[in-house]
This record gives sequence, C-alpha cells and structure tokens, in this order.
Amino acid sequence: MNIALLPVLPLLAAFLPSLAIKSGRTISAIVAAVPTVAALFLLAAAAPRIYGGEVLTARYEWLPQIGLSFSVFLDGLGFFFAAMILAIGLLVIVYSRYYLSPNDPMGRFYTYLLLFQGAMVGVVVSDNVLLLTVFWELTSLSSFLLIGYWRAVPEGRQGARMALVVTGGGGLMLMAGVLLLGQIAGSYELTEILQRGDVIKNSPLYLPMLLLILGGAFTKSAQFPFHFWLPHAMAAPTPVSAYLHSATMVKAGVFLLARLWPVLAGTEAWFLIVTLTGLVTMLVGAWIAFFKDDLKAILAYSTVSHLGLMTMMLGIGTPLAAVGAVFHILNHATFKAALFMSVGIVDHETGTRDVKRLGGLLRLMPISASLALVATGSMAGLPLLNGFLSKEMMLETVGHTTYAGNYWILPTLATAGALLSVAYSARLAMLVYLGPVRHDYPHHPHDPPVGLWLPVAILVVPVIAIGLLPAFFAGPVVERTALAVVGAPLPSYYLALWHGVTPALFMSIVAFIGGGAVLAAFGLFDRLRLSVPRPEAKRLFDATVSAAVEGARDLIGALHTESLTRYFAVIVVSIVAVGMVGFFTGPYEAGDRPLLPVNLPALIIWISLVATCLAVVVLHANRLLTLILTSIVGLVVSLAFIQFSAPDLALTQISVEVVMTILMLLALNLLPRTTPRESGRIRRIRDGVVACVAGLGLGGLSYAVMTRNFQSISEYHLAQSKPGGGGTNVVNVILVDFRGFDTFGEIIVLCIAALAIYALLDSSLRGAAAQRLAAMRQDTEAADAHPLMLVIVTRVLLPLALTVGVFIFLRGHNQPGGGFIAGLVVAIALLMQAMASGYTWTANRLHLNAHTMLGLGVLIAGLTGLAALLFARPFLTSTFGYFHLPVIGEFELASAMAFDTGVFFAVVGTVLLSLAQISRVQARAERKPVPEGPSDIRLPPVRVFNAPTPAYGKED
Amino acid sequence: MEILMASSIGFLSAAGIYLILRGRSFPVIIGLTFLSYAVNVFLFAMGRLAVDEPPIIAYDAARYTDPLPQALVLTAIVISFGMTALIVVLALRGYLETGSDRVDQGVPKMEPAEERLTS
Repeated sequence: MNIALLPVLPLLAAFLPSLAIKSGRTISAIVAAVPTVAALFLLAAAAPRIYGGEVLTARYEWLPQIGLSFSVFLDGLGFFFAAMILAIGLLVIVYSRYYLSPNDPMGRFYTYLLLFQGAMVGVVVSDNVLLLTVFWELTSLSSFLLIGYWRAVPEGRQGARMALVVTGGGGLMLMAGVLLLGQIAGSYELTEILQRGDVIKNSPLYLPMLLLILGGAFTKSAQFPFHFWLPHAMAAPTPVSAYLHSATMVKAGVFLLARLWPVLAGTEAWFLIVTLTGLVTMLVGAWIAFFKDDLKAILAYSTVSHLGLMTMMLGIGTPLAAVGAVFHILNHATFKAALFMSVGIVDHETGTRDVKRLGGLLRLMPISASLALVATGSMAGLPLLNGFLSKEMMLETVGHTTYAGNYWILPTLATAGALLSVAYSARLAMLVYLGPVRHDYPHHPHDPPVGLWLPVAILVVPVIAIGLLPAFFAGPVVERTALAVVGAPLPSYYLALWHGVTPALFMSIVAFIGGGAVLAAFGLFDRLRLSVPRPEAKRLFDATVSAAVEGARDLIGALHTESLTRYFAVIVVSIVAVGMVGFFTGPYEAGDRPLLPVNLPALIIWISLVATCLAVVVLHANRLLTLILTSIVGLVVSLAFIQFSAPDLALTQISVEVVMTILMLLALNLLPRTTPRESGRIRRIRDGVVACVAGLGLGGLSYAVMTRNFQSISEYHLAQSKPGGGGTNVVNVILVDFRGFDTFGEIIVLCIAALAIYALLDSSLRGAAAQRLAAMRQDTEAADAHPLMLVIVTRVLLPLALTVGVFIFLRGHNQPGGGFIAGLVVAIALLMQAMASGYTWTANRLHLNAHTMLGLGVLIAGLTGLAALLFARPFLTSTFGYFHLPVIGEFELASAMAFDTGVFFAVVGTVLLSLAQISRVQARAERKPVPEGPSDIRLPPVRVFNAPTPAYGKED
Repeated sequence: MEILMASSIGFLSAAGIYLILRGRSFPVIIGLTFLSYAVNVFLFAMGRLAVDEPPIIAYDAARYTDPLPQALVLTAIVISFGMTALIVVLALRGYLETGSDRVDQGVPKMEPAEERLTS
C-alpha cells in the first residue's frame, strides 16, 4: 500500500469521466466515484496503523536541487482531513448526478471535481511544504474551474475570477512564507520542520514568515478582510458549494494553521493576530448572514463565521483550544455540507432560494426538510446535536482566555457570535421550513429522488450520533487528530453532553435567549444595518482590479515607446553603467605579458581604420558612401586576422564581406539613398559621449585582457586535433568535430534566418508593400544592364571559382578552408553569374534550388551525427581512416567531412536564398519581368533553353 | 601592437554605438555591422595576439596560437552575416509596408479605413 496514491489516484483518473460521458451520466458518475472509493479503501487500510500511533510516509525525489520532493505523510491530522475530503467528495458525486440537469456537461464537471479532490488530498498529505504549495495552487485553479462551471452565467465567471485572484494571491504569499520557513528550519519536509518549533519561533524572520503564511491561510479560509470572495463564489452549482465551501477548500487555511500549529502557535504575535482575526470574522460573518435573503448567501456567511470560530480557537494556542478547533472542523463539515445539499434540494424543487418566497416546506417535503432542520439546529448549537458540543467547548475555552490583559472581551464577543448564529439559523428554519404552506411556488415542491436526499441523510447521521454520544463516536478521531495537531500529549478533557452547570452553559443560554430576541427585533436591526455605511466588497475589488490594469497599461505605455533608438540607448547606457561600477571598484594593475612590436604596415592600416570610423560617423548621411566605408573596415579586419595567425578567419571575413556588400547594395536600391539629419546638436553630442565612453571601456577592457597571460583550455584541442580528429587545421577540427554540436545548431540558425528572409519578402509582393513597390520611382537604369565583358568573364571564371571552392573545401580539414569558407566562395561564384547575366538566367541553370540546399545541408549534417549512434557512440562522434587509391595515392577520409558538406550546403543555400529573394523584389520594383537572358548576347531560342526569345532586352 | 588592436576595437564600437542611436533603419544596420566587427575582433583578441603561429599542426611549428576563439569567431562571422541579412530584409519590408524607414517613432497609425477592417 502506497499512500502517495491518495492524491495521485483522483488526479490521474480526472480525465476518465469526460471520456465516459459518452456512455451516459450515470456511468460518468460511477467512473468518478471509482477512484474516490479506491482512495477511501487505501485510507481505510491505513487506519489501523494511523490509530496505532504510526505515521506513514512515501517519498520520491522531484527537484532535489531546490528541495522539492514528492514526499507525503499520513498522520492523524492528514488522515482526518483526507477522510473528510474523500467521503464528502463521494457524497457530492452521487448528489451531483441527480442535481445537475441533462443539459449540463457533466463529464467536465466530474473532471474538475476529481482534479480538485486530488489537489485537496495532496494539500493535506504533503510532507514537503513546497509540494504543499503546488497542491495549494492546484486547489485554487480547480476551484476556479468549478465555480465558473456554468460559463454562461456572468456571476459565475466573476465569482470564479475573484476567488482565483484572492486565493491565488494568497497562494503566492504562502509560497514566500513557506520558503522562509524552509530557510529558517533548514528543511522543506514538514516532519523535520515540526521538530524545530523553538528554532523557528526564535528566528528574527519569524514575524514576516508568520504574516506571509497567515496571508495564505486567511485568504483561503475567507477570513476578514478577505471574506468577500466566498459569497461571490456561491454562483457555483450547489454541489460545488457543498464540497468546496463547507468541507474542503475553505478548510485548507484552517488545516494549514493546524498543521503548522506546533511551530507557529504559542507566541504573542500568533495569539494576537490569529485570535482577533478569527473573532472579527466570526462576528462579521454571522452579522451579515443574519440579514441575507438568499439561502446560499446565508450559508456562505455562516461558513465565514464558523471558519472564524475555528481560526480563533487555533489562535488561542492552548492544546485544549486546538482540541476544540478539531472537533468543530468535524462537526461543521457534517452539518454544513448537509445544509448546502438541502439548499440545493430546495432550489431544485421550488425554483427559488429567496427565503422571503419560501415557507412551510416541512409539510411539502417532509424527509428533506426534517434532515435540513436537524442540520440547522446543529448550526445554531442546539443541545443533542454535534454543533452544540463544539460551541460549548469554544465558549468554555474563551471564558478562560484574556485578550491583551482584558478578560471579558473574548467571552462577550464570542457569546455575541453564538447569539447571531442562533438568530440566523432560527430565521432560516422559520422562513423556509416552518410556517404555513405557500402555494405560489413556480412548481409544486415535493421530496426529491432518493439520490438527492440520501447524501444529506448520511451526513445528518453523525450530526445526531456525535451529539448524543460524543466520546463514543468522535472521541478517537478527535483525540488522534488533536494529538497530531498539538504534537505532544493532550491535557485531560472529555467529550460529553453534560458538563454540569458551567459558565459556558450560561453563555449558551444567553445566546439562545438573545438570539430569539434579536430575531424578534429583525426589522429594527435591519434598519440599523441599513443606516450605517456598508463597504461593498465587490465594488472595491473591481475598482482595485481596474486600477491595477490601468496602472499596468500606463507602465507599459511608458516603457514600450516603440522607439528602437530609445531601447538601444537604455541598453547601452545600462551596460556602460554596470561596466563603470566594475571599473571604479576594481584594481588597475598593468598586465605583464610582453607586448608585440608595432610595425609600419600595421600602423598604416590602423590609421586608415580610425579614419574610416570617423568618416562613417560624419558622413553617414550618404548611404552609398557609408557602405563603401563599411567594406573598408571589413577588409581591414581580415588583414588583422591574417596578421595575427588566423588564416581561416581572414578567408571567412573577406568572403562574407563580398556577400554582405552585394546584399546591402541590393537593399539600398529599394531604400532611400540618403539619411536626413534629424537629431539636433545636443542629441548628437549626447549620443557621441555615450558612444565614446562605451568605446573607451571596450578598448580599455580588451587592452587589459590582451596584456595579461592566461591559461587556455585549448591545449587539449591542439594535442588531440591530429590523433583524435584526424586533421591538422585545429580551427576546422574544432568546428566540425570537438564542437560539432554548436556548429550543427549554427547552420540551423542560418537556415532559419534564410527562410525568415524568404517569408518576409515573399509576402511583400502583395498588399500595401506591393503597392508601394509599384509606385516606387526607379532611377534611370544603367545603359548596359548586362555588360558583355562581365558576362564573359564571370562565365569563364565559374568553373575556376567552383574548383577553388572544392579545393578549399577538401583541404579544409588540414589547411585553412572548410565548409563555411567553401560555401561562401561557391555562393559568390554563383552570385556573380546572377549579377552579370541576370537572376532568372542563373536560376534556370541551377538545378539545385536554394531551399533544397538548405534542407540538404541540415539533413546531411544531422545524418552524419546520427550515424555515430549506429556504432553506439554519442551524437556527432567522428571517425576517420586512410585509404589508398591508385594514381592519387594515400588519402584520408573523415566522417567530419560529411558533416562539413552539410555546413557547405547550408551556407550556399542561405546566401543564395537571401539574395535571390531581394532580387525578386527588386525586379518587381523595376516594373518589368527580369530578363531571362543577358540582353546583349543573342541567344538561339530553342537550343539553349525552352523559353521565348527575350523581347525586352536593350538591343533586341 | 596590442594598443592598436585595443584602440581599433574602441573606435569600431564607438562608431557602431553612435550609429545605432540614429533614427533611421540604414544607419542602425551599419551600426550593428560595426558592432559585429568590434565584438568579433574582441572575442578573437581574448585568445591574445600572436604573429606567425597559426593553429595548424606542423612538425616544425614551435607554438600555436589559441584556436578556440578563432573557431568561435568563425561561426560568429557567419552568424552575424545571417543576422544582418535578416535585419536588412526586416528594414526593407518595414519600409515597403509603411513607407517610412524611421525606427524611433513606432508603427505609423493605419488609415481609418484599414483600421476599421482589422479591428
């Protein structure tokens, strides 16, 4: 038997009712009941050991790094709550089957219900407090779904949203509190935490932690001033209210207080905050309940009031008060769930929940009315029913408690609460069930089918049984649960109907007489209530929410200015600021690495670079000139790479430079040719200062690094390049072998960029962009679109260029070269054809289109990597061997070369696709089809290609 | 030589940053290109400068420069090409779509007729 199944069973089975609904509503209900019954059996099997004093545990690691484990434990308290949740859950499942109409999507209802049930059981059996908060949030989410179950009802949606905001927000507080608790206790396991009460209570973080945890508990258990969400959540279907708002979810907060009672309770702060909150909630809830006309609202506020009672008892902090709280949790769950179900029956039968339109139901539906009256009596605290006993215990306890040095305030106010409780219960009973029979019901009420009243009856049995023989029926449960709450031997107490003539008895009598009197003077009190200002929680809540939304919108408006310039400025200035902090707080020793001597060519190149940089800043309004200056920089950078022993980089840089310049020229053809000067002098000076400071920082930083020696990790790469990777060009071996996975990712990025370019421009041939293209005035074309010399030279050069590409590719593993560079060289060779002879002419002759090349590239690289898996080696493991061929002689083949082929194709494809696409857009702007042939070479129409003779060339 | 290299990085990045703070797309693209140069050279310089020590295994070579930054920069050059190509096209498309190449003003408001259609 594994108790970890307790929460997992309902959660896993949650989707089954939705599937089973096709077989009918009864089947769906049965499917929902099965996991509940199974979990109950699990619990029953554990009962003997729990009641023998054992604690059952189960533990699975989840995220050990942050202290989160799936660890559950079952002791008296967890058992008590789990049993309550599952048992009442089962009754609610049965009840809902008859309550919901055939039009309601019942499968979804049961799915939500099981989700909630699993989450709730999870809360009460969690050992790990982080796990507890996970389940806690799950209860908030699933209750949101349940409250808003009737999606068409606006009140349901609003109530659900409000419940989610309040309890979810409380969940966040709880999470913060629990993290603090775990930090203080040094463990996130409750079983550990509960042993460390003294450490926790003496910690300086005790108060903030307490406030956060109480925030979570009070929001969940609808304690004042967070009580307002509960009545609004009553828009839920009645079975949901019966389940969530009587027995389970709202008890979660009380459960948490009880669970953490040994480590939190007993301090001054705990006593003052928790007791007062509970007391105020009890009074406020009872006072409002007294005036409500909607049956469910009465019950909702009554629930708020009773939750306040439990909170107050836990707040008092003595073991005896804790026993009382546990006893009341049990009693309240029974009578309140029964009452909610009874209200559902009334609503179902009469079509209304307004007490003013009801009356005399005892005659019309005797069975369910009798059951409801018993439960109401218990709510009022009538003797012989269980509500009486726990109320007496409460009065007894507060009679001995002084609050902040005041000995009469608690007993008086508690008696007032009990008095109001009597008053609203009596009002409910008299207006709904007693009195003369009315005949103005929408339809004639009578007792409902047994499926609706049987669950009520089952709940009313313990109400009477415990009321008559408390020690026999509830004694062991209360004792075992209270032991688990207190964590120490209990003081002597005994549950009995008759305690003799005690102060509590007097207080009860006062409550009954006073309750009757208050009810008799209902009109007077109602006028009194109406004359005092009543803050309406929903309006306040809505105002808060819309203020928050407004605030968020303003903040976004302020931050999201849609100005790229401003974003860049923020980024640069922040980085400069961070760098400055580092600079001014660190030491400034000079490095001791010997410097390289400056030579004349380097100096000249440096001067030209600096001049270019300055020129580009001053002259950037002329865009073509800017482009030329940019390519000078590219050239200088490649020279620097050659100078400093990086031949591969120089090759790459120079070929990228060519491609980039062509690309920019193409784009510039469609963009404005000049940049207007818009920013004022101050703005330019400010930008200049920012740029100079950043440049100075970056230059200084690189100087500081370059003048220091360092330990490189490259020793391994240098040593293993030949024996391990089979190549002498270490840079290439790193790319295709040691760090092949990186390269694989990079070519995929390249392909994605190319496809994005394709998509961006492809769709620009339609819509607003296309209109603008069509309207664009092109400069007069060059007189000679396809210069003869260029055409001839590029065609002659093509085989040569391709050969160079192949050569660079093949030697890449051992000498400077490789897939990247070869790809760029081949791409340039093909681009030159396009430039000289036209894009379409080239495309018609290129049988491998760019898309295919992209796919081929990634595919080849990926398959090479996967091939290693066939030999049970990790992805991208390379191998190589030496082969002998006649004539050519000894040569080497490495699997890395296949990978490099993939790189090659990806690069060629990327370059061709991007540039071809811009050319297409360009062609559109020229408002004529791209000539298929170079205009100045007369081409025989049939022999070379099957297209009509170009009719739009210059000389045709 | 180190001072030349370091100051080059400084000049390149200063020019790049000045340009990306302009309000039109083309200077921003050129600015990003300058920044790419600066960053690539900066990364390369992290392997320290060495003359005539290419990382190509040879029996008569005494020392090799650090190959790792070179490998990283090689892919960085190609990736910055891809990135630049993408933003060039993005700028182009934006210009074609809106008729403006400003980047400091947000999306121009649509004409009322179009707005009605989309809202």
